[in-house]
Amino acid sequence: MGDLIQLIVSGIATGAIYALAALGFTLLWQAAGVINFSQGEFVMLPAFAILLFIALGAPLWLAFLLACVAAMLVLGIGFKWVIVDPLIRHGVIPLVIATLGLSIGLKSTLKAGYSAEAHPFPSPFPGGQFSIADVNISYADIGTLVVAGFVVISLQLFLNRTVTGRAMQAVAQNTDAAKVLGIDVKRMVLYTFLINAVLAAVAALLVTPTYLAKFDMGDAIGQKAFFAAIIGGFNQTRGALLGGVLIGVLENLVGFYVSPAYKEGVALILFLVVIVFRPEGLLGRAEERKV
Amino acid sequence: MNRTRTFGLVAALIAFAVLPNFLKSYGVYLMTLFCVYLMAIFGLNLTVGYAGQMSLGQAAFLGIGAYQAAIFLKLGWPIFIVLPVAGIVCFIVGLILGFPALRVQHHYLAFATLGFNILVYLVMRNEEKVTGGTFGIPGIPRPSLFGYSLDGALPFFYFTFLSVVVLALFLWWLLRSPWGRAFAALRDNPMRATSLGINITAYTLLAFAIGAACAGVGGVYYAALVQFIEPAPFHFSASLTMLLAVIVGGSGRFFGPVLGTIIVVLLPEWLRFMQNWYLAVFGFAVVALMIWLPGGLLSIPERLRWKGAAK
Repeated sequence: MGDLIQLIVSGIATGAIYALAALGFTLLWQAAGVINFSQGEFVMLPAFAILLFIALGAPLWLAFLLACVAAMLVLGIGFKWVIVDPLIRHGVIPLVIATLGLSIGLKSTLKAGYSAEAHPFPSPFPGGQFSIADVNISYADIGTLVVAGFVVISLQLFLNRTVTGRAMQAVAQNTDAAKVLGIDVKRMVLYTFLINAVLAAVAALLVTPTYLAKFDMGDAIGQKAFFAAIIGGFNQTRGALLGGVLIGVLENLVGFYVSPAYKEGVALILFLVVIVFRPEGLLGRAEERKV
Repeated sequence: MNRTRTFGLVAALIAFAVLPNFLKSYGVYLMTLFCVYLMAIFGLNLTVGYAGQMSLGQAAFLGIGAYQAAIFLKLGWPIFIVLPVAGIVCFIVGLILGFPALRVQHHYLAFATLGFNILVYLVMRNEEKVTGGTFGIPGIPRPSLFGYSLDGALPFFYFTFLSVVVLALFLWWLLRSPWGRAFAALRDNPMRATSLGINITAYTLLAFAIGAACAGVGGVYYAALVQFIEPAPFHFSASLTMLLAVIVGGSGRFFGPVLGTIIVVLLPEWLRFMQNWYLAVFGFAVVALMIWLPGGLLSIPERLRWKGAAK
């Protein structure tokens, strides 16, 4: 029983990190119609940026803040200007291909230009664990949950309670109507890209202590993010949360009770089950296609 | 197709057939490998270029064909049985995988095939009893044809080369048939195609399954060529490279895969000195290509003509 609770708690913590990446992915899709296949690299790059700033002498918190700023500039504004803006009018597929190319380009540049090794990454939380009855829970898991939870709740509050947030939701739901209402659509879309960049940087801070900083660390987290987003429902931000946590917990359970070798396959099986029985995702709404 | 183009095509085929006679054994190996990947990429072009669906799992089908060929060829089965079995198995797996994904749009096939590729890779790596795990399966025999051994590099090259030509002719015929023309209708305007009575799901599913079967057949040649297989060449990143080969060459153009395969299979060999930077440049080049030339390299002549006409 103790094992089970432990696995579920650490699964929720891992799942919360997947959810952060998935959340950014969903927001981009809603606001700008962008499927970003380089989402994993968007997590990998801030991880290396943090390591770079630490090497330059900054403490972890400062390095993280600087990495957030860098991510907003490069992965937010830069990504939008250089890749999304020129491509969005060609439709979804060229943009998907471009982000696939970007993913290969970023990974390979880091591998060829810096290092193919895995680099250790400082944990923002104290080591060790505490015990209640026979359940051991690590401080890192609790810390991850608190930080991820805080980020997700603030984001929800921002989207639901502030004028800007509601305007962003309006743009996501119906761009034309939002424009008619006088909402600055371009600015709202830009905010979405900035939020995505920050979410990726937070995910990097939380995930890299266990994944280690490596050029291809984004593969796994990117894939989990896609599947989490679809499982939960592509057009619902809450869906990304549910999907992420579900994958995190089930992976842990399968890894422990079935076979650690097939842990990575969990997301796919869950995805196939969901699209067979509920194609719009667990929390999603069915979308009508436009003629 | 006009006279000059037919002549050019025949000349290119003859040149390609004669060239290996002047190459060292590694050159012949590379040209055979080129033919192997061309089979899989021709198949992928059917899915991506003609049916308009993204597939990120072509390497998994190549792998299924290769592992199955490795096991059966070692048991001494004749190539004439191994080939169709590989094709049919991949066709059926394609149907099973494609059905749930294609019922819903939104490019779900891309995610389903991506996950499928990861799963297949895990099976190859972990089921040591069948696949040999990370050690792979060594010592795969080259098949023989009507008692004529294909052990030599050149005979095997000609066998593979002829096979890829036959496959190309089959696809050419398929795309020219009324059945194939429905594909183009689907890709260009799915709504209109549906209203004309074309069953989108059925057609796209078949296109995907046929594309998968092509990769399965290619896998048989891969196993027989390399004579040793392990999971690495069938990793998801290989699928990604094949998808980009289709796009870079020009998706939905019959000869797009040929150009694309040259770029992803042969060019890295010539540019060995670039090492890891090759992929970096390739990745960013794909981004640039999408921005300036979304139709792929084979759309350059059209682009120039169109610009000339606009003046």
